[in-house]
Amino acid sequence: MIAWLSTAAVAADLCLLAASVHPVSQPPIEDGVVVVRGETIVAIGPASSMTLPDDCETYEAAILTPGIVDGLSTAGLTGLYNDIQDQDHREVANPIQPALRAIDGFDPWEELVGYVRAHGVTTMRVAPSPGPVVAGRAAIVSTPPFPEGAAAERADEAMVVSFGEPPKYEFDKGFGVHTRMGTAAAFRQALADAAEYARRRRLKLGDRPPVDLGLEALAEVIGGQRRVVVYAHRADDLLSALRIGFEYDLSITLAGAAEAYLVREAIAQAGVPVLVGPVMLRSWSDGERTNASFRNAAYLVEAGVQVGFMSGFEAYVPKVRVVLWEAAIAAAHGLGRERALEALTLDGARILGVDGDRGSIEVGKRADLVLFDGDPFEYASHVTHVVVAGQTYPGE
Amino acid sequence: MLWLMSVLAWAGTQAYVGARLHPVAAPPIDGGVLVVIDGKIAAVGGPDVAVPDGAEVVNLDGRVVIPGLVDTHTHLGGGGLNEMSGPIQPQLSAVDTIDVTHESLAFARAGGITTANVMPGSGNLVGGQTVYLKLRHAPTIDELLFCENRRGICGGMKMANGTNPQGPGGYPRTRMAAAAQLRQALKNVLAERPKPTDDDSKRERRKKSAPMKDLGSEALRQVLHGQRLVHFHTHRADDVQTILSLREEFGFPVLLHHVSEAWKVADAIAAAKVPVSLILIDSPGGKEEAVEFRLENAALMEDRGVSVSIHTDAAITDSRLFLRSAGLAVRAGMTPEGALRALTLTPAEQLGLASRIGSLEVGKDADFVVLSGDPLSVWTAILQTYVDGTVVFDRARRADELFAEGGFAVPDRVPPTPDLEEAP
Repeated sequence: MIAWLSTAAVAADLCLLAASVHPVSQPPIEDGVVVVRGETIVAIGPASSMTLPDDCETYEAAILTPGIVDGLSTAGLTGLYNDIQDQDHREVANPIQPALRAIDGFDPWEELVGYVRAHGVTTMRVAPSPGPVVAGRAAIVSTPPFPEGAAAERADEAMVVSFGEPPKYEFDKGFGVHTRMGTAAAFRQALADAAEYARRRRLKLGDRPPVDLGLEALAEVIGGQRRVVVYAHRADDLLSALRIGFEYDLSITLAGAAEAYLVREAIAQAGVPVLVGPVMLRSWSDGERTNASFRNAAYLVEAGVQVGFMSGFEAYVPKVRVVLWEAAIAAAHGLGRERALEALTLDGARILGVDGDRGSIEVGKRADLVLFDGDPFEYASHVTHVVVAGQTYPGE
Repeated sequence: MLWLMSVLAWAGTQAYVGARLHPVAAPPIDGGVLVVIDGKIAAVGGPDVAVPDGAEVVNLDGRVVIPGLVDTHTHLGGGGLNEMSGPIQPQLSAVDTIDVTHESLAFARAGGITTANVMPGSGNLVGGQTVYLKLRHAPTIDELLFCENRRGICGGMKMANGTNPQGPGGYPRTRMAAAAQLRQALKNVLAERPKPTDDDSKRERRKKSAPMKDLGSEALRQVLHGQRLVHFHTHRADDVQTILSLREEFGFPVLLHHVSEAWKVADAIAAAKVPVSLILIDSPGGKEEAVEFRLENAALMEDRGVSVSIHTDAAITDSRLFLRSAGLAVRAGMTPEGALRALTLTPAEQLGLASRIGSLEVGKDADFVVLSGDPLSVWTAILQTYVDGTVVFDRARRADELFAEGGFAVPDRVPPTPDLEEAP
C-alpha cells in the first residue's frame, strides 16, 4: 500500500502533506502524503517515496488524521437559537415512538452542523434527545449538506432508547412512565408487542394486522438486525440495558454512560460498545451524573470495551459539544493520544458500522480527513481544513 | 480556638524550589525559589534567592508554579440562586446560600481556584449581593470570607439584563422595562442618599453616607456611592450599551460579565474603560443572546487594552478545567501571557483584591498552584493548590484525586488509576 505510486504519478485531485500522518489503522507516518482522487483515498505513504501528481491541489498540515465520527448528536435536530422554531429533537406524545426518524427533522444547513464540521466531524449519527423511553430512530449523515457532499448514508438507523432520569420527567401524571421500573416495563412491553406484531404479520393475508411503522422498525431490533442505542448514565441503568438486551437478543450500544467505568467488567463481558460523552458533562447536584469521571474512557478501554465519543444533547449552553475537545480531556486523563484518536475515528466508525469506507486513512476508503496545525488535542491547536468525501471545507 | 489552630497550620517557613515560576506580574523564572512565611510570600525569584535557615524545603524540580486562580463569576456552594419573588433583590446575599462542604468548592480547588466570587443567578435585574471567598478548608462560611474592604463589604452586587430577567409576575417583558425598573430603583435610593461630592461639608458627607435602614436600599446605596462593584450579566451588544449608559448616568463601578457580543462593541468598551470578565464556551447559541458569541472576544479585548478576565460561571464551565478556558482564549488569538493574567492578576484587580492576591509577589498571600507542566496545555495536571500557604488540594491524596477526576462520592467502587502505558 505504501509503496504503490512510488514511481509513476497518477491523476489526483488533492494532495495532503503532513509532518505526521495518523492513519489510525497503522502507525503514524512522518512527513507523509495522502493522495485523493474524487471521493476516495488513492495513496498514502512517506513523501520521500512518492512522486506527487502535477495537477494536484495541495494542502499542508502539521498533523493529518481521519475524519472525526460523532457517535450520537442532536446537532441539526437542534439549532443555535434553542427556540421552538429550531428545536426538533424531542417528541413527547408517547413514551414509545419507534416510528419517528431523526432524518425527518434534521436540517443539514443548520449552523451547528457547520460548526461541528469545522471542528473535524465528518460523520455523525443524529438522533432524538433522551426523554421518551423509545425516542425514535437515528440517522447516519455526513456533515456537509446533502447536495454538496454525500447524502445521508443511513437515513434509518439505530433505535434510540432512554433509561434513568429523563423519561421520569417527560409525562404528565396519569400518563407515560414515572419510574425506572415503569421505563423498563414500557420498553419490554414494546418489544413484546413488536415480536407479536412480527409474528402476526407472517400470517395469511386476511389475518395480518395493518402495517404499523413503529412496530415494523422495533421488530428489527429483536435479534440485532437494527442496533439499539441506550442513553443512560447510572451504573444500574447501564446494567438494566444489558439485561433487557440479553433477554431480547438486542445489539446494544450504551451512550452517555457516565458511570460505565463502575461496571466496566459487565460491559466488557457483554461485548457492548460505549459511546462516551460528553466527557465534560456537568456533574454537580445531578443524581445520575455525580460520579462522572474524566477517566471513564480510559477505564473502559483498559477493560477491553470498545469506545467511541459522542456530543449528545445540550439543553442550554454550549448548544453543541465539540467531540474533538471532549476526546482531548479523555486523552489527557488516562486514555492517551493514540487511543483517543482511535476512539474518535476508527472505533467510532466501527460502532456505527461505517468502518468499511471510513474511520481510517486507507487506500480505497472515503477521503474524510482533518488537517491540524499542531497536536489535535492541544487547547491552542486548530483544525485548518476538513475534507469530506474528497471535498475541502474550511476549518474552525 | 479555631483561629489559633489555623494560625498554627500556617506557621513556619517553607521554600518551594526548582520550579518554573510564573509570577504574572513579572516574566517567568526558571529554577525559581518561592519562600512562604506564615502564609505570605516572603521572597520570590531565581535560584540565587536565599532559602531561610530552618525553612521546610519542598523540591519542585520540573514543576510549574502559577498564582492561585481567581474566578470572578461562580455559583459555588450548591445553593438556590434566583429569588424569583420579584426582579429587584438587593437585600439578598449569596453568603446565606453557600454550603462550604459542597463538592463544587472541592472542584474549584482541584481546578487551582483559590479565590471565587459567588453570585446569585441572572434571573433578576438585581439578583443580590455577591460574596468573595478564599477557598480555605473550614467548616463555616465566615472563615472563607475575603473581606479586604474596610467597610466590611465582602462582595459586589449582581445585576442582569437581556432575556434572563424577563418574565411574568412583575418582571420586565422588554429591555425598555428592564432599564426603566432598574433606573427607578437607583433613583429612589439617590433621592434619599445623594452621592457625596468633594464640595460637601463633613456633616453633609456623613449625612449622605449614613447607612439606610432598608437593607436593599443600603446595598444599592453602597453601589451608587462606589463602595460595591456591580457584576453585570450581559450578552448582546445593545445590552452592553445600556449598561454603559446607566454607568454614565449613575456612576457606579461595574464589571461586565459574559459579554458574548463583546466583539461588536469592542471600541465602546475600550473607550468607556470598563473592565470585562468573559465566559468562553465551546459553541455559540443555546439562547438567542449567545448566538453570536465568539471565542475571539478575549483576544479582541486584550488587543484593545481592555481589562479582561475570564470566568467559569461554574457549573456552566467546569471549575476543574478553568485553565482550559485560558487555553481556548489562546486558540482564538490571545497571548499566552494575557490568558494567564486573565485568570489571575486581572480578575484580582477587577475585584479590588490585587493587593492581596493575583500574582506571586512579596507580601501577597501565598495562594499558588503547582502544575506538572505548561499552564495552558491539555496534558498538564494540577498537582497542588495552596491557599494562604496551606495545601487545600493535593492530587497525591486519593480523596482529592477523585474530586479532580471524578468518583469522589463512590471511592470504594472506583477502580485503580488506569494504566494504558502511554505518555503524552
